[in-house]
Amino acid sequence: MTPYVKAPKIRELGYELKVRDAMDRNLITVQPETPMSKVRGVLRSNRISGIPVIDKNKLVGVVCVEDLVNWLRAGADNCSVEEKMSKNVVTLYTDEPLIHAINKLEQYGFFHFPVLERSNGELVGTITREGIIRGLLKKLEIDYREEEIRHYRASHVFEDMIADKTSLIFQYYVAGQDFNRAGESASALKKTLKRLGTHPEIVRRAAIAVYEAEMNLVIFARSGEIIVKVDPNQIRIEVEDSGPGIPDIEKAMQPGYSTAPNWVRELGFGAGMGLNNIKKCVDEMNVTSTVGKGTRVEMYVATKKESVSYEVKGTG
Amino acid sequence: MNLAKIKEILKADLIVGSSLEREIKMICACDLMSDVLSCVQTRFSSLLLTNLIHPQTVRTAEIAEIPAICFMRGKEPQDLTMDLAKKNDIVLLSTSFSLYEASGRLYEEGLPGCGEYREAK
Repeated sequence: MTPYVKAPKIRELGYELKVRDAMDRNLITVQPETPMSKVRGVLRSNRISGIPVIDKNKLVGVVCVEDLVNWLRAGADNCSVEEKMSKNVVTLYTDEPLIHAINKLEQYGFFHFPVLERSNGELVGTITREGIIRGLLKKLEIDYREEEIRHYRASHVFEDMIADKTSLIFQYYVAGQDFNRAGESASALKKTLKRLGTHPEIVRRAAIAVYEAEMNLVIFARSGEIIVKVDPNQIRIEVEDSGPGIPDIEKAMQPGYSTAPNWVRELGFGAGMGLNNIKKCVDEMNVTSTVGKGTRVEMYVATKKESVSYEVKGTG
Repeated sequence: MNLAKIKEILKADLIVGSSLEREIKMICACDLMSDVLSCVQTRFSSLLLTNLIHPQTVRTAEIAEIPAICFMRGKEPQDLTMDLAKKNDIVLLSTSFSLYEASGRLYEEGLPGCGEYREAK
């Protein structure tokens, strides 16, 4: 078969993707005994240019716009689809490379092909130009994202550095009371951990924990600092502020207990769930505080593969 | 269900975002950001319905990996909120329905809450 697609990247994707990845599974069909007079309505209401004709789960033909026009020109006499449909139907199998579909569309000048399951010959979908384009674009987007992650991935630093133990330290300075900028550190740390190739679930847990801690800092203190130490097995996060301190840590840990001012509550925070949320996200948490001096929250998240769990530890 | 369909159900306006193709699996309707952070399962896309229009709503969505937010009662977000959404590729919608009405309409269409969502086998 002559290759119609010249762009090498698209050709490559065309071989990688299968027909099933781009086909439309929404089946609109008619039976051989359906009257021709009904075809126009089906084509119009579904905005398609051809309909597969099905008899006992088997594809027996296709009736398309051209068949309809010919029938109309010939006087539109009362007859069934079976008499006017095209019986030599070009089909594709779900497991064929997408490039076959692209080539066949070019070769025959059709707009769509019925797609069959190879094992039982049953009609399972249709493939159209639109579907092919959508399938290719989707794949390109996924590839691009993966490439971006690879490009940024700095996880090899741990292997490249020659030492008995390697750790990376990231520091973020947080301005208190500045609600518009609150969360910037958590956001930055999230991107950094992603670039390090950290497991997405670990990134999520660490980001949520830091975000909550950062919020507390912004609400109660004038300034503070977040220090994150990443080594191959765990992430240690320390959030320290020079705020008013917590008089009763045990009480502060209770879900729903809050001393946050009203303006914070109006913004959807300060409902007394912060510390509790952090606890759910990390493997270990220690809070130390001196009234009048400040608070220090220390958290650990294990990053070893086997400790990764997708389970949500209860809902808040 | 994709965002385009949701936009239709909620008769919502698109405020920020270019693609409405994104598939939404569940809904989080909430004005308490800590609750959003604690209950969203980020592996599956969810839509956040909320009354809060300040930048922290988008920040919360970013941290919790929520791809889209819909504001209630026709509220339009501040510029800072929109900028942050653009930067993080988060879609912003606005509907004239209330939180209760919008939730009910989406639930009726079969979209589960994030606490009850189970991956189809």
